[in-house]
Amino acid sequence: MLVFTYDKTFEGLLTAVFDAYDRRTFPDQLIEEGEILPLFCDETHAVITDEEKSARVWRGLEKKISASALSSLTVCWLSELPETDTLLFNYIRKAIDAPTSIELNFGDADVLQLSKIWKQVNNEKLRVIQFLRFQKTTDETYFAPIEPIYNVLPLTLRHLQDRYAGQKWLLYDMKREYGYYYDMEETREVRFEKKEKHLLSGILSEELMDKDEVLFQQLWKSYFKSITIKERINPILHKQHLPVRFWKYLTEKQ
Amino acid sequence: MDASVLEKLKVLAESAKYDVSCASSGTSRSSRKGEIGSAAGWGICHSFSEDGRCVSLLKIMLTNSCMYDCAYCINRRSNDIPRATLSVTELVNLTIEFYKRNYIEGLFLSSGVVRSPDYTMERLVRAIKDLRLIHRFNGYIHMKSIPGASQELVNEAGLYADRLSVNIEIPNETSLKMLAPEKDFKSVFSPMKYIQQGVLQSAEERKRFRYAPRFAPAGQSTQMIVGATADTDKDILSLSSALYQRPTMKRVYYSGFIPVNSYDNRLPALIKPPLVRENRLYQADWLLRFYQFKVEEIVNDAYPDLDLELDPKLSWALRNPQHFPVDINRADYEMLLRVPGIGVKSAKLIVTSRRFSRLGSLQLKKIGVVMKKAQYFITCHELGAKTIHELHPENVRGLLIRKPAHKHDDRQLSILFED
Repeated sequence: MLVFTYDKTFEGLLTAVFDAYDRRTFPDQLIEEGEILPLFCDETHAVITDEEKSARVWRGLEKKISASALSSLTVCWLSELPETDTLLFNYIRKAIDAPTSIELNFGDADVLQLSKIWKQVNNEKLRVIQFLRFQKTTDETYFAPIEPIYNVLPLTLRHLQDRYAGQKWLLYDMKREYGYYYDMEETREVRFEKKEKHLLSGILSEELMDKDEVLFQQLWKSYFKSITIKERINPILHKQHLPVRFWKYLTEKQ
Repeated sequence: MDASVLEKLKVLAESAKYDVSCASSGTSRSSRKGEIGSAAGWGICHSFSEDGRCVSLLKIMLTNSCMYDCAYCINRRSNDIPRATLSVTELVNLTIEFYKRNYIEGLFLSSGVVRSPDYTMERLVRAIKDLRLIHRFNGYIHMKSIPGASQELVNEAGLYADRLSVNIEIPNETSLKMLAPEKDFKSVFSPMKYIQQGVLQSAEERKRFRYAPRFAPAGQSTQMIVGATADTDKDILSLSSALYQRPTMKRVYYSGFIPVNSYDNRLPALIKPPLVRENRLYQADWLLRFYQFKVEEIVNDAYPDLDLELDPKLSWALRNPQHFPVDINRADYEMLLRVPGIGVKSAKLIVTSRRFSRLGSLQLKKIGVVMKKAQYFITCHELGAKTIHELHPENVRGLLIRKPAHKHDDRQLSILFED
C-alpha cells in the first residue's frame, strides 16, 4: 500500500496530484504529516507543498473542467470532512485522464459525491446567511456569533458586504475561533489573542450593548411569538427548517 | 421608540399572521452607497415560527381596525379584539432596525380598511414611499393592495413595492358575496388588472429607456382560503390555473381555513384546519407550475377533489397507466417529470448523466430518485422488477399508501435502557 503524506492544505493536495503523475504511482491513502501510518504500509512519499507545482495542476484543470466545477472543488475543501481529500484527489485524477469534461456525469460515484458535498456546504452557507443575528454594540459595531458545521464564513462575505455595506460588523465563528471584521471600507480576517466574555459565550454583556439593543431584541422575540398560528403548531417541521444547533445564538430562541 | 410599541407590535402581528405569503424572491438589487440593504433575488427565510412557516418579512398591518365584516377574518368590525395603529415613524424604525440585525428581508405591509379603500391605500403608499425615498430602504417590500382601490394609487404603489398582492380569499363569487358582503370579484380583480398593466407597461418602457422606473418587479401574488366554503379542488385549481396564465401572477397561496370566528354559523365548524388538503393543493400547484401538467389532468369532472391519501402526481399516474413504464435511458425530459418519485432535480440529473453511460437502478437511487414510488413506473437497462401493468394500479395504490404507525401493544412489556 502506497501512502502520501502532506500538510493538509489545498495547495498540498494539488502538489500531491502533481507528484503522483510525476512518479506515475497513485496513492491508496492520503494522510497528514505526523499522523500514524496505517497497517500494511509498504511505501510512503512525503509531499512537499510547492506553489509552482500546485499552480500547474490548477492550470491543467482549467483546461479540463469549467469554472463552476473548479469553484466547487474549493467549496468542497471547506467542508473539512475527513474523506474529502481522497475524493478530491480521485475527482481531479478522473478529470485529468478523461478526454472530455466529467463534471456532468452524475452516474459516476465520485462526481455525484462531490456534488452532494458541494450541496451540503452551500446549504450551510445559506443557513449562516439566514440565521446569523447581529447584536448592536455601544460603538455601533454589529456582532454576530455563529457555529457552522462547515467552514463557510468566507463564502458568506460577498452577500454580507453587499447587504450590510452601511454598518460595521464582526462575524465570528465560535468553533474555529476566527472571524471577519468589516469597517465600511474592507473586510479582513481577525483572530483574537485575549478572548473577552462575548467571544466565549456569544452574548454581549450589558455594558457593551447599545442602549436600544435590549428593546429591539424584546420586540423581535414578541413579534416571533405573535406570528405563530396556535392551531397549526408543528414542532417537527419547525426543527426541520430551523435546526436546533442554531438556536444557541438565535435571538428569538433565547 | 419606546416600550409602547411592544404592545402594538403584538396586536398587529397577531392580526397579520393569517396572510400566508412571506416570499422575498423575485427582485435582485445590489446595495448603493448611502442606502440601506439589498434584495437577494432568491429570497431568504430568516426564521421559522413554531408552526413551521417561514418568517422572511416583517409581516404587519398598519392598522387592524376595519370597516368590513368578512365572516372568515379575525379583524372584522364585529369582533371584540384589541385594535392598534402604527405611526409611519414607528413602522420605519421597526423595519430598519430589524433589518440591520439580520432578522428580516424586508416588510410585508397590509391594513384593515378604514374610511374607504382609497383612503387606506393612500396611507399604505405613503408609508412605503417614506421608507424608500426618505430613509433610502433598499430591501424587499411586499404590499397588499386594498380591494377596490383606484388605479392611480395602485400605479404609485408599484413604484415602491417589489410585490403587490390582492387576496381573492373565496374561489367563487356567490360564496364570497355571502361571507364578505362588502366585497365582490370586481373589487378584487380590477386591482389585479391594474398591477398587470403597470408591470407590462414598465417592462415595455425599460426596453426603450434603460433607467425607466421598475414597477413591482417581483410581480403579484394572491391567496385563497381552503375549506371555508363547499368549493371543490377543481374550482380552486381551475381558478389558480387561469391566474397563472396571466403574465405577472407569480404565486397563488392556499390557506387552510382556521375558524377564528367560531360563532358565525355561515362557516363550517372544523376541529382542525384542513392541513392535508392544503398540502395536496400546493403539490397540485407545483405540478401546474414546474411539471407541465394541465389542470384537467389533475382534477376534472370525474375526479373533482384531490386524493388525500396520495400525492396528485401519483394519483394521476395510477389513473393513466397507459403512459408507463418509462424508459429512463430514452424518455424525454417532459415524460421523466411525470414519473412519480422523480422531481425536477433528479430529472435534470438523469438527462445530463445518461449522455455518459446508461443508468441503472442503483445510480438512480443515488441521484435522489424515490425508488419506492418510481420502481413501478420505470424501466432501465437492468431492472426486471414488476411494473404497474403486471401489478395493476389498485395493487400499486395499496402498496404505496402510507400505513398508520403501529399502535402500542399493552401486552408487551417495554424495557427502558438507560445509559
